[in-house]
Amino acid sequence: MSSSKDNLPDKPDRVSVSRRDFLKTAGVGSLATAVTAAGAAEAEAQAGPRVVGPGDVPVALTVNGKRVDLRIEPRVTLLDALRNRADLTGNKRVCDRGSCGACTMIVDGRTVYACSTLAIDVQGKQIRTVEGLASSGSLNAVQQAFCDVDALMCGFCTPGFIVAATALLERTPNPTSEQIRRGLDGNICRCGTFVRIMEATVAAAAKGVRRV
Amino acid sequence: MKAFAYVNATSEKDAVAALKFDGIALPLAGGQDLLARMKDYIDTPERVVNVKNALDRTAAPTSGGGWRIGASMKIVDLLEHADIGKMYPAIIAAATDIGTPQIRHQATVGGNLNQRPRCWYFRNEEFVCYKKGGSRCFAVNGENQYHAIFGNDGPSHIVHPSSLAVPFVAYGATFRVIGSKGEREVAAAEYFTMPTLQNVLKENVLDDDELLTHVMLPAPGNVKTGHYEVRYKASHDWPLAFTTVVLAMNGGIVQSGRVVLGAVAPVPWRSKPAEDALAGKPLNEATAAAAAEAAVSEAKPMSGNAYKVQIARTAVKRAILNAAGIKTV
Ligand SMILES: Cc1cc2nc3c(=O)[nH]c(=O)nc-3n(C[C@H](O)[C@H](O)[C@H](O)COP(=O)(O)OP(=O)(O)OC[C@H]3O[C@@H](n4cnc5c(N)ncnc54)[C@H](O)[C@@H]3O)c2cc1C
Ligand code: SF4
Ligand code: FES
Ligand code: FES
Repeated sequence: MSSSKDNLPDKPDRVSVSRRDFLKTAGVGSLATAVTAAGAAEAEAQAGPRVVGPGDVPVALTVNGKRVDLRIEPRVTLLDALRNRADLTGNKRVCDRGSCGACTMIVDGRTVYACSTLAIDVQGKQIRTVEGLASSGSLNAVQQAFCDVDALMCGFCTPGFIVAATALLERTPNPTSEQIRRGLDGNICRCGTFVRIMEATVAAAAKGVRRV
Repeated sequence: MKAFAYVNATSEKDAVAALKFDGIALPLAGGQDLLARMKDYIDTPERVVNVKNALDRTAAPTSGGGWRIGASMKIVDLLEHADIGKMYPAIIAAATDIGTPQIRHQATVGGNLNQRPRCWYFRNEEFVCYKKGGSRCFAVNGENQYHAIFGNDGPSHIVHPSSLAVPFVAYGATFRVIGSKGEREVAAAEYFTMPTLQNVLKENVLDDDELLTHVMLPAPGNVKTGHYEVRYKASHDWPLAFTTVVLAMNGGIVQSGRVVLGAVAPVPWRSKPAEDALAGKPLNEATAAAAAEAAVSEAKPMSGNAYKVQIARTAVKRAILNAAGIKTV
């Protein structure tokens, strides 16, 4: 069990797996199995809160207005679930620790780090990714403005910034520059194209972001 | 991250029942701290209990004229609350710059208060220090520029990472706790514990199957409050040092006050010397300077963080000036 699980794309978050890690994870397999059995028995006995996992469980998400049905482990983050299982690779995985913003999605109207959110926790919520911002082939005002003012260099931070700026403008259509700065505070551009990102957001605000 | 079984608890009772478990079970709130720790194998729970849907996420006035804040309330909802900021401005001041917008959208009050230390040795799986059941503190002879300058008797030299804990202590809050043995109330000031060899694995009085459910704030009364943070970065980071002061006034004279420093000690650090220096004095710049001096008289910095003493002094002084309505930068 452990060896096959270890090969899942959402599992290893390190470049190299040390011997210590390997031993630890190898030990987990048997333990985890034991827990499932115990958990199931307990759940029946108490009829208390239901215990699911650690193996795959059905998780139904509403992403960009569409229902996405997955079978994933409870530990899978929203980001990995959508990138690895639902072919929504627009939002990027960079730090995987809630420190960069590349994975920014909108959940029930507010930005979140999808890398720091369990998929199983956001069932029943409205999830929007960068893929959901354009409507019938035309970019939203933020996306268009990012192209127009060339607000990217490598572009890796861009999906996260576009989602964050869209969420900001949907709530605050005419932001001050301080509000833009604070609204985009949770996103980092390693290439340093912050000035252009500000410009693009101001330009998008002038055009107005229409919620699709 | 190690695989875990998951429980979505929907009542306080269910959450407590799910936490009572033979293996390691941990509550999950906004996940902004816990998930990162699990990814780094600092914690490897066999069971994770989602408490977001089990605990109160609202704030409500109490009969005594105070407020009661549910542990599941998100920081953003605290910030946007119509009344809390008017009555307890220091709470809002402390919440405003926590992490980033995305973090404030997910993180909860309960999770913020119970987040684990940011000491980089603690956060690195390879360093088995006191806090992880080992028998040494790597910060003592290591990189300790962000560690404690007060309460440095060890064994651990962390600074408590919660921004909200400091104003809660300053306003004299009480925490409501539930567990398999029932419920209890603990004064915020007594909730956080100084490390000893016996309790170093934790930062507070909670048992494994206990949860913090509410923060109860007393009516503030006739007080002036101030809050001042010194940060190295405007976002994405914790303050280097910060202070909340809550001063009971008698005309222009400070009758008594609470001066609580954050990011300088293993607990929110209440400064008795500073409080003594304020009592009976007019609220002005000279008093603020004297109280700040008194506050740092107790400081015992480590090898690499003496610079934080000046920062703490400034934070205390400016928090008091802030309470006096004197503008600072
Ligand atoms: C880049 C960055 C910058 C940050 N800056 C700051 C800052 O300036 N100030 C600050 O205060 N924080 C800061 N944080 C930390 C962040 O605010 C906390 O991680 C967050 O508040 C934790 O809340 P949560 O609801 O996400 O908790 P979780 O991650 O879900 O839980 C945190 C811990 O508390 C336990 N827990 C959760 N709920 C309860 C409960 N009701 N009772 C008992 N235990 C419980 C969990 O088991 C876990 O161990 C920062 C984080 C990052 C990544
Ligand atoms: S300060 Fe505390 S957490 Fe950090 S290394 Fe020392 S004992 Fe561990
Ligand atoms: S990948 Fe989520 S914040 Fe960096
Ligand atoms: S454009 Fe390269 S990280 Fe932002």
